Amino acid sequence: MGETSINFAKASSAALQDQQLRGNFRRAMDGLMSKRAVQFADTAEWNGVRTLGASVRLRALSKLPELLEKLEANCTKNGIQVHWASTTDEANAIVLSIMQRVNAKLVVKGKSMVSEEMHLNAFLEKHGIESLESDLGEYIVQLDEAMPSHIIMPAIHMNTKQIAHLFKQKIKEAEYTEDVAQLTDLARRVLRKKFATADVGISGVNMAVAETGTLCLVENEGNGRMSTTVPPVHIAVMGLEKVVEKLEDVPPVISLLTRSATAQPITTYVNMISSPRKEGEKDGPNEIHLVILDNGRSGIYADEELRNTLRCIRCGACMNHCPVYTKVGGHAYQAPYPGPIGSILMPQVEGLEKRGELPHACTMCNACVEICPVKIPIVEIMGRLRSEAVHPGDAVKGAGSHASKAEAMVWKGWSMTYASPLAYQFATALLAKLGNAAPASLPLLKEWTNVRSKPRFASRTLHALAREKGIPDV
Amino acid sequence: MSHDGTISRTDIERPAIERPDSVYFFGTCLVDLFYPEAGMAGMELLKAQGVRVVFPQGQSCCGQPAYNSGYREEALKVARAQLDYFPGDWPIVVPSGSCAGMMSKHWPDLFKGEPDEARACQVASRVWELTQFLVQVLKVKFEDQGPPVKITWHASCHAQREMGVTDEPKALLRQLANVELVELQREKECCGFGGTFAVRHPEISAAMVGDKVADIENTGAKAVVSGDCGCLMNISGALEGGKKPVRGVHIAQFLKERTHG
Repeated sequence: MGETSINFAKASSAALQDQQLRGNFRRAMDGLMSKRAVQFADTAEWNGVRTLGASVRLRALSKLPELLEKLEANCTKNGIQVHWASTTDEANAIVLSIMQRVNAKLVVKGKSMVSEEMHLNAFLEKHGIESLESDLGEYIVQLDEAMPSHIIMPAIHMNTKQIAHLFKQKIKEAEYTEDVAQLTDLARRVLRKKFATADVGISGVNMAVAETGTLCLVENEGNGRMSTTVPPVHIAVMGLEKVVEKLEDVPPVISLLTRSATAQPITTYVNMISSPRKEGEKDGPNEIHLVILDNGRSGIYADEELRNTLRCIRCGACMNHCPVYTKVGGHAYQAPYPGPIGSILMPQVEGLEKRGELPHACTMCNACVEICPVKIPIVEIMGRLRSEAVHPGDAVKGAGSHASKAEAMVWKGWSMTYASPLAYQFATALLAKLGNAAPASLPLLKEWTNVRSKPRFASRTLHALAREKGIPDV
Repeated sequence: MSHDGTISRTDIERPAIERPDSVYFFGTCLVDLFYPEAGMAGMELLKAQGVRVVFPQGQSCCGQPAYNSGYREEALKVARAQLDYFPGDWPIVVPSGSCAGMMSKHWPDLFKGEPDEARACQVASRVWELTQFLVQVLKVKFEDQGPPVKITWHASCHAQREMGVTDEPKALLRQLANVELVELQREKECCGFGGTFAVRHPEISAAMVGDKVADIENTGAKAVVSGDCGCLMNISGALEGGKKPVRGVHIAQFLKERTHG
């Protein structure tokens, strides 16, 4: 592994020792799983809407370049200025140049995972611009100087008490209270002042409609609407995969998204933004910019199998149902996108040298695949990335970077033994005789026996027993 | 790969079949070394239904350990070595949802573009998980001969999500008059084995099996029955390690104990 690699094992170990954190996640995810199950109780309806959702995303990806061009043309026609960024540095520079042109000092942000991917807040701060997260969860995480631990519920790792302490410590006018309504009200008061004075509003995009040049945003708190209508300039940032072909593609995807994410049939607000303020209109920004980010996505797009990663509608259901994520939480992944989708997306975006551990943060149980509303074959892609990590190639950045001579030798030896009946029977007979003498302190066995008894080799193999009992061989 | 994102990489059609005269038994490498009595029990259950069971001595492993670790060439080599030993048209019965899933759902892709692809797909199309075969093909009816006992059932991830085996094992257990089956609260949740995952991420795996053990204990069951030896090794190892008075047992062995007692 390279020096810059992110240590998932170490971070997850810390998370596992935090009983409070484990309890918070177990409760939250159990709740989300059961609420979601109610939303999709009708199997036939689930199968139908899921097939439709997957086909919308597949159709969009099948003509992605064409749709992106159409989106640019229609947005431009509507008065939305479109910018292209191939890297996060470029995207940050574009955002900064817009800010500098309007002499912006304060930005309010609606929720945007792409801006997390860009580390936009830190970048703006470096350039003397204050950037305030206005989604309540994101605001809490920002106060805590942490990363979101879930893509839908950024502060899901914290309980009310922890948030109460944080508010008391970080907000000047705060009185200590564990009353959720009072805490929410406090955050609202802080944010309202900022909405009124912000120079620029930044948002993400849930879907961009190519045929109409419309940006769709779903949210529950109204902060997204505030960020995109109150400040005189609105900048939307999106990954290039977020385009859909037609307006009629929007409802099925939103229905799948909100029900999969928070088990809501629909969110409180669905914003459809199609142009800046027109003459005679009472609200809305004077300028809208759309920054379309590549950051490795066109590389993912180029591989027919890996391309399926780009179907994702960012509902987070795979996280809620992942037995690994629900034990360790999002911070262990140290990535803007944690959980199963993050484990396949991050290595493709940032390379296997840095993120090669993530495809192994998975037991391949397929719970994520079962639940994914757009049928992403997450576990297949996980397997593909494991293979890329040990075999040099050019499909994924850093392929072959986890190749270890010792490990390769072990598997070579394994395949030679298991591919030869004679060698296999010799080896297994030997293990049956001597295997139990192996001390529990051996590597691998030691990890296993920390919480489990030592596996016991049977004195005779099934092969031997079958022979003895006269079970026919052919 | 299938582009509608079905779980299996390539779905091979498995025709509905009549009760055969003979079947092949694929023992799996974990059963071979650690749970041979489960393998023997599986074969005896089949024989008790009047089916001739053939156990090819040349067999070893489906290739899954290497396949899931990213060593696909090595997996292919081992999988290919199996093809010769199942030449007849008989069904291949496997006492493991995981290995059955590897053979029937992943072999077609593993062999894609190889000269023996067609042969591998033909073998894949004949693979059955044991309980699925007992229920769907042999339509077994068991008579319980054991004393009253309370048990619970652990569903393996690959059995349920790759092989589509969900109700069959429980249907078999419910045929046993003196057996009270109490379902786990989180029946579908992975036990944390995941092949090399258990040693690659021992702490997360321990947390996962810890939750599983707690769930099992909450049922008050005397035994946890499962159809996969990987899960069993993990769960019963954790039960033993924690000195819990619950035993882990493979479903084939449990059924055999209850019916031939």
